[in-house]
Amino acid sequence: MVFCLRRRDGLPGLSISIAFTLVWIGLIVALPLTALVLRPWQEGGGAMLRALHDARMYAALRVSFGCAALAAAIDVPLGLLLAWALVRARLPGRRAIDALIDLPFALPTAVTGITLATLYGPTGWVGALLARAGIRVAYTPAGIVAALMFVGLPFIVRAVEPVLRGLPPELEEAGLLLGASPLQNFRRVILPPLLPPLVAGFSLAFARCIGEYGSVIFIAGNQPFHSEIAPLLIVVRLQEYDYNGATAIALILLLSALVCMTGVAALRRRVSRGLVARGAA
Amino acid sequence: MGGPSRRGNAVLVAATYLTVLAVLVLPVLLVMVEALRTGIAAAWRSLLDPDALSAIRLTLLVTLVATLVNTAGGIMAAWLVTKYRFRGRGVLVALIELPISVSPVIAGLVWLLLFGRQGWWGGWLDQHDIQIAFATPGILLATLFVTFPYVARTLMPFMEQQGREAEEAAFLLGAGFWRTLWRVTLPDARWALLSGILLTTARGIGEFGAVSVVSGHIPGLTETMPLHIETLYNGYQTVAAFTMAALLALIAMATVLLRSFLEHDFRKASS
Repeated sequence: MVFCLRRRDGLPGLSISIAFTLVWIGLIVALPLTALVLRPWQEGGGAMLRALHDARMYAALRVSFGCAALAAAIDVPLGLLLAWALVRARLPGRRAIDALIDLPFALPTAVTGITLATLYGPTGWVGALLARAGIRVAYTPAGIVAALMFVGLPFIVRAVEPVLRGLPPELEEAGLLLGASPLQNFRRVILPPLLPPLVAGFSLAFARCIGEYGSVIFIAGNQPFHSEIAPLLIVVRLQEYDYNGATAIALILLLSALVCMTGVAALRRRVSRGLVARGAA
Repeated sequence: MGGPSRRGNAVLVAATYLTVLAVLVLPVLLVMVEALRTGIAAAWRSLLDPDALSAIRLTLLVTLVATLVNTAGGIMAAWLVTKYRFRGRGVLVALIELPISVSPVIAGLVWLLLFGRQGWWGGWLDQHDIQIAFATPGILLATLFVTFPYVARTLMPFMEQQGREAEEAAFLLGAGFWRTLWRVTLPDARWALLSGILLTTARGIGEFGAVSVVSGHIPGLTETMPLHIETLYNGYQTVAAFTMAALLALIAMATVLLRSFLEHDFRKASS
């Protein structure tokens, strides 16, 4: 054991890779984020309290959080459907669909933004259809939800897919053979093991969506108190040279995203422990 | 494998195609149609506009530098985190992955807090006539932050599986650190590395929010391709905007397809 440990440390390159990594992380990530965390206290707590006393900020946060939650919630059944089809269905063109699912992740947000604004706009392919039914999507909060749905979808699929792959299909068949109705089977047999990855996928999509900027601002309409998202208000405050206001919103967004990510990490640990325990049994 | 019944499968496949078509294919189709609305010649001409060319040049320059830095850093960090066990390793991994959960606007804001006129070092920079915010260095810093995690993140799971027997053997045979990394570790991890570099490049080319905050939005000078799309679109130059968008969409699709093939390869190789 001791020999093993010593040999482990014997691999060369430890100090040089530590030095390189610390400089890299320090300059690009740690330094700027330190500035973000310290900035609000620089002019005393009073300035920060004033920055937090801002109705427009809370309205923007409400729009961002509400639309992100709604979009992620709509993505859950859609993502489950796609993940299910990828893993379980005899699906012609599976590789192409598998690749397409990552597209929202790779497509530049400005491209997504102008495309969805045109697609859902009053004369767009989808927008014109909806307009005939009396529904306006572009330049309303509904447009924000539509854009965020597009952005969040891959997160649900990619969270559910590996867990689904690990579940034996015999489980579902056994439920049906034992006389459960398809609905019962879904609720009692299929859903419970998929719940943790669905929650994880929802949180990842939500965390991404509350910070989303480029794909939203073209379609949102950007009216204060109505369709203005929090990241846009950061930009507005910066243009007004109100660094404290901008930093306050940024810190709230960042903390929320971090809470989501920590939750996901905890969930992942629990799921993988569960899988290990089941494997051992 | 059992799988669903024939009818169930047909319904599932139809629903999947419908979702993929409506949510994913339709937008891409729209980009292409809008770009070619007035013909391919007009689209091509719009790309040769001096401001468009300058935006392409700036984007390529910034992406190239950011990819080089983050590839080098990512390789070293992945080596450190996967080949050794030490306290604080989890914190390091969390820090590497942190930029993923940071809003792009915040990724721009943090650099203004350092180098903007009201930032920590803004006054000093002003006195010495050094421009970082609202100029190319600021755009580069924002891109560096946004593309930070991807090489390390793609490499880490792969290098973890590699173990370290091959490296130990190379070391015992007299190879130093750089030689071991260059001749043993990286050749084995080349597909994962390539996949990470591709993702970094695609992210760098397409970054909008972070770059938008630190760019001065001066056409022909501090506009990258995505920022130029915004300017064109807001100026009702729809064909030009969508042509540039089509270019970016093609890059994104090529990236996604290549990565899916690469990942297929290295997943197969590692299992």
